[in-house]
Amino acid sequence: MLTKADTLRLLLLFSPLLSMSDSAELKYTSNQQLEHLHARYVGTIHPDITKHEWLVHQHRDTAASIVGHPMLHSFIALAEGESKARVAAGLKEKMMMPCGPRPEMGE
Amino acid sequence: MHLYNLTLSPPSAATVAVAGQFSGTRKQEIVVCRGGCKLELLRPDTTVSGKAHAIFEQHTFGVVRSLASFRLTGGSKDYLIVGSDSGRITIAELDVKANAFVVVHQETFGRSGSRRIVPGQYIATDPKGRAAMIGAMEKSKLVYILNRDAAANLTISSPLEAHKPNAIIHALVGLDVGYENPTFAALEVDYEEADRDSTGEAAEATQKLLTYYELDLGLNHVVRRWSSPVEKTANHLVQVPGGYNQNTERWEGPGGVLVCSEDYITYKHSVGEEHRVPMPRRLNPLDDNGASSSSSAPRRGNIVVSSVCHRMKNAFFFLLQNEDGDLFKLTIDHQDEDVRALKIKYFDTVPLASSLVILRAGFLFVAAEFGGSALYSFQKLGDDDEVPTYSSADLPELGMTEVKVEPPTFTPRPLDNLLLTDDLPALDPILDAKVLNLLGGDTPQIFTLCGRGPRSTFKMLQHGLEVQEAVSSDLPGIPNAIWTTKLSEQDEYDSYIVLSFVNGTLVLSIGETIEEVSDSGFLTSAPTLAVQQLGASALLQVHPKGIRHIMADRRVVEWAAPPMPDGEQTSIVAAATNSRQVVVALAPTNEIVYFEQDLDGQLNEYQERKSMGAPIVALSIGDVPQGRQRTPYLAVGCEDQTVRIVSLDPESTLSPISIQALTAPPHSICIAEMQDVTVDRNHPTLFVNIGLKNGVLLRTVLDPISGQLTDTRTRFLGAKPVRLVRIKLQGGAPAVLALSSRPWLNYAHQARTHFTPLCFDALDHAWTFSAEMCPDGLIGIVGGSLRIFTVPTLGTKLKADSVALSYTPRRMVAHPDGSGLFYIAEADHRTLSPSEKEKRIASLTREPKVGERGVLDLDPVEFGPLRAEAGNWASCIRVVDAKARETTHVVELEGNEAAFNVALVPFANSIDPTTGQPEIFLIVSSARAATVTPRSHAQAFLTTYRLVAGSNGRTLELLHKTEVDDVALALRPFQGRLLAGVGKALRIYDLGKKKLLRKVENRNFPTAIVALDTQGPTRIVVGDAQESTFFVSYKAGMTTGVAAGDPAGQQPRLVIFADDTVPRWISGASAMLMLDYDTVIAGDKFGNVFVNRVPSQASHDVDEDPTGLTVLHEKPFLQGAPTKCELLAHFHVGDVVTSLQRAALSPGGREAVVYTCLGGTVGVLVPFASREDVEMLSTLEMHMRTTSPSSSSSGPSATAPGSASCSLVGRDHLAYRGSYVPVKACVDGDLCETFGLLAHQRQAGIAEGLEGERTPADVNKKLEALRIGSAF
Repeated sequence: MLTKADTLRLLLLFSPLLSMSDSAELKYTSNQQLEHLHARYVGTIHPDITKHEWLVHQHRDTAASIVGHPMLHSFIALAEGESKARVAAGLKEKMMMPCGPRPEMGE
Repeated sequence: MHLYNLTLSPPSAATVAVAGQFSGTRKQEIVVCRGGCKLELLRPDTTVSGKAHAIFEQHTFGVVRSLASFRLTGGSKDYLIVGSDSGRITIAELDVKANAFVVVHQETFGRSGSRRIVPGQYIATDPKGRAAMIGAMEKSKLVYILNRDAAANLTISSPLEAHKPNAIIHALVGLDVGYENPTFAALEVDYEEADRDSTGEAAEATQKLLTYYELDLGLNHVVRRWSSPVEKTANHLVQVPGGYNQNTERWEGPGGVLVCSEDYITYKHSVGEEHRVPMPRRLNPLDDNGASSSSSAPRRGNIVVSSVCHRMKNAFFFLLQNEDGDLFKLTIDHQDEDVRALKIKYFDTVPLASSLVILRAGFLFVAAEFGGSALYSFQKLGDDDEVPTYSSADLPELGMTEVKVEPPTFTPRPLDNLLLTDDLPALDPILDAKVLNLLGGDTPQIFTLCGRGPRSTFKMLQHGLEVQEAVSSDLPGIPNAIWTTKLSEQDEYDSYIVLSFVNGTLVLSIGETIEEVSDSGFLTSAPTLAVQQLGASALLQVHPKGIRHIMADRRVVEWAAPPMPDGEQTSIVAAATNSRQVVVALAPTNEIVYFEQDLDGQLNEYQERKSMGAPIVALSIGDVPQGRQRTPYLAVGCEDQTVRIVSLDPESTLSPISIQALTAPPHSICIAEMQDVTVDRNHPTLFVNIGLKNGVLLRTVLDPISGQLTDTRTRFLGAKPVRLVRIKLQGGAPAVLALSSRPWLNYAHQARTHFTPLCFDALDHAWTFSAEMCPDGLIGIVGGSLRIFTVPTLGTKLKADSVALSYTPRRMVAHPDGSGLFYIAEADHRTLSPSEKEKRIASLTREPKVGERGVLDLDPVEFGPLRAEAGNWASCIRVVDAKARETTHVVELEGNEAAFNVALVPFANSIDPTTGQPEIFLIVSSARAATVTPRSHAQAFLTTYRLVAGSNGRTLELLHKTEVDDVALALRPFQGRLLAGVGKALRIYDLGKKKLLRKVENRNFPTAIVALDTQGPTRIVVGDAQESTFFVSYKAGMTTGVAAGDPAGQQPRLVIFADDTVPRWISGASAMLMLDYDTVIAGDKFGNVFVNRVPSQASHDVDEDPTGLTVLHEKPFLQGAPTKCELLAHFHVGDVVTSLQRAALSPGGREAVVYTCLGGTVGVLVPFASREDVEMLSTLEMHMRTTSPSSSSSGPSATAPGSASCSLVGRDHLAYRGSYVPVKACVDGDLCETFGLLAHQRQAGIAEGLEGERTPADVNKKLEALRIGSAF
């Protein structure tokens, strides 16, 4: 049974072959489409995502969700002993780089 | 199990508020979003009282995140734009007739849910109403062009994208550009570079940008016009008036925006110079570095939390509020488009607001972030006082220097420019609640911990209307009835009070004082049955022997009760009167005699008398309808358990129309006309209220055409026979007072009838009372005393009595003996405790002088607490006597120690010698220098206090302190010992001489134990902060039997035998409750309530196993306990549940789960009693989900596409109630109850579709029965 990630890797492996076949154009556009979709739906993950990237997505989603749910926002403000505006400002500030700079990549 | 969710008290937390002329008149109204889900319309009375009247409240069944109002150019009516979690933009208008917001346009643009890239978080409008921008937290911004079509209807364009990928949006505002292209300003940070860079330098270098987006109306396109870096701490934008006014031929203002950052306000625009002023800060001698060692961190700047701009004819000003609640007035000096100076000065201090609104009439509405919102009137604008003004013109480079100017200081003072005119009551935030019956009435009270910081309160909530007593005086005897009367029709106020005793009547005149009158013309030697001001200026007294008609000139016409043919004298036993008609009942002939006033003012008897065939006990006629001669119906209550409707029409006088059989003899009848939209949308309905001898009240609807009685509702009021009185409330609105063992008031409010008890003594009789000093009062008798009182606020269901607290309350526990003592743990983070304050003052190099003390001597209730860095706590343990409403003892904690939970534990090893019972100790869990994120602390304790014996627990005495390794968030007594959830460990402690002694422990909980409940000798349910519920069995260990030989079998242990598969973040120690031995209900942080049950086999097996070793060695399932809980029910309440408790809230009602929420919601989950009810209500809910409350009314809403939803914001109801987990086995009563608000045809359509072909009245009756069956 192939996982989604495997399928994608396989496709990439065979991409030179595919490029010679009739469906080359199709392949190219579908990949582009995927990229386009990723750009459009921020937060969607992909098979090659790193742990850090995934965490960053999680944190940004969480922060946005807290600010977007008024009562959860109040709950945090009460626990922290801060004003709601300060909590919101802090969360938005944190969305910029929620998990520190990304780690050095091996490659 | 099926549950029915009902809200008893709606949320009060104001999350956002906007003003506008929504009715289309010149009058400004305020829309407040309550609890993030309900819209409330407030109509402030800006002319006389300065009170904000709530007109209606509408549930949106979605999360409202932002609101904005706009008006099309040249229009007079404001529209409301709602940004929500529905993935749609909603433009609504006020339907004045239906008293509701109806959808004008609803455009879908994205997925539902509060997501980071789906717009809805921010809404900005063009001041000229030409366009609106709706933004998300990240990337997405959509612009809609608003216009008018040929028929003057509002039109909306398709969305234009103004997206900026990889950008976090901090604020969004519409610029005032006059009639140039609409422009919006956004505060954005691009994270693309920072995401790529692994050194962190790029993140450091990333700037926050102020960006202008211009909508080119000609090209129908949005362009990014201008971008400029701002300070990194900027968090808020304010629109500055601008644009050239052709009429006045001058510039309205310079345009542009104010960028608010920590401590500084900067004016920015794409043209012209930038200006910056510092925001003054509170003078705090402890802030100055050096002297105090612990505050070595640099002082944190103060940010602007809310702002408002007010435009007057020739000027404008801003009010900005910082985190302390201080308001600053900011003005801009400008020459046409050029800014000359930015000026700021301290204005006043008000509670911290989520939104500020200024009304043209000179009022400031503060929608408070927590607690009650308030309305203030402007006394002056702070123009000519001694408060210093700081101007950017006086600063070098207009304040735009590299090294910023240090903010000046000020000392806050009591309100000077503002005057509080209305304080709206609010319960939010409710942090803990207990339902107990301490007052000994027939229903329990709800005791809640409300509020935040120094404005916190302990509240006792009672079901009922608040009553203000004006006069209470003793009478010479015990009267049995009371009336007041005017002397003539034109009189504004009442002149006489008539009291009827067993053998006489007393007439009192109302004037400066109340004194007896002898020449009133009334017969004083007999009791009175009725008093009426008749016709233009006559009075009428009905007494057992006859009727006395007292003319204006004091002439008396007497009608004597006729003798029977056998010569025996009859007497009058009952009477009903209105201003033109009089009906009396005679005994023993059981005849009815009818009189009507003719044009000459004479009372004429109808020639026939009608015998009823049974003794008559009560009569009632309604008031004469406006413009009519008479009311056509008479209700007669007879001893034979019937009520008959008799015609008074001239065509068929005294002929019977209909008859209704009762379950008990009637005691009193009252016909009253009231507005109720669930019965008739357009006209008041004639209700016949029948009070029975057994304490039951029947309410039936009298058909005005046929005279038939339909739609009977019953309600049990109390043990005494029900006496009914028709009275008038504020503004002459009719109401019915039902007097039983408690007085109840039936009145119409916001076009629905309400039935609420009065929080007052049991009245024997009452009447309307109107005098100069008390125009809308009521007068009543309680035994031998006379009471004059008023009902000041209608529409509320809960009366609150408060005790002030010092800090944010965390948890409370009630003394088990029912004495009304509550032990409360209070703690405030980032606050200096009094002892710490003294310590820091002492460590200053010199004692601050009187003028230099600044914030040190301020009243925290008015000005907020003394703020400090994270890890500083002010905390105390308080003993409150709820009955006497007073604090009996306070223990202030020192050294940054904060109390988090309290428990009263009767320790079995400490027997009280006087009673032979285990002695009760108070256990307080606390931590020193704790921080919330990340969870950390310096030391954590379990402190044991002894309840001082002589004081019956009213004072405390420290016994000992036990240090523990983590904060014990959950505590409760268990089998004569203490059960504590200390961080990840569940432990049992016993009382020792110097410490609490740890007996048993289980450390296998994933996050932190926040809630505990137990039943029986072994069963424990543990609530984890993130991982839902765990079922634990306590095994004491075997000392005899087979296992006794095995050392493992002897050991006592706590065995986890079942857990949950879904992570659920239990919200707190009171938010979990065992419903039975195997079932638990709990609330989570995201606003859900769920019910979990362990399979009965597993529950049985674990109890059979004496050592727990079987479970311990069983194979774990899904990396947890061998057994998993089943989910029985799940429901998204929409507000964070803070407490759950079982109680029956109505007299003789069924038990239900009462919940309280952070936003101030009080609600119940009622278990359905029968399968049919479940089916009927589920079907009704299904129909209601697809029924738009507004779709039936004609008008612009009919054009709205896809509005077949019950939600104003277009959120799918099923998706909303299943926001996190699909809703299960729970019917939303709040939605079902909107059935009554639908147009009659729709009601009939839905009712027909239900099983058994019901009528709308059946459905409404069922809904009411479900509500009053266990709540109110």
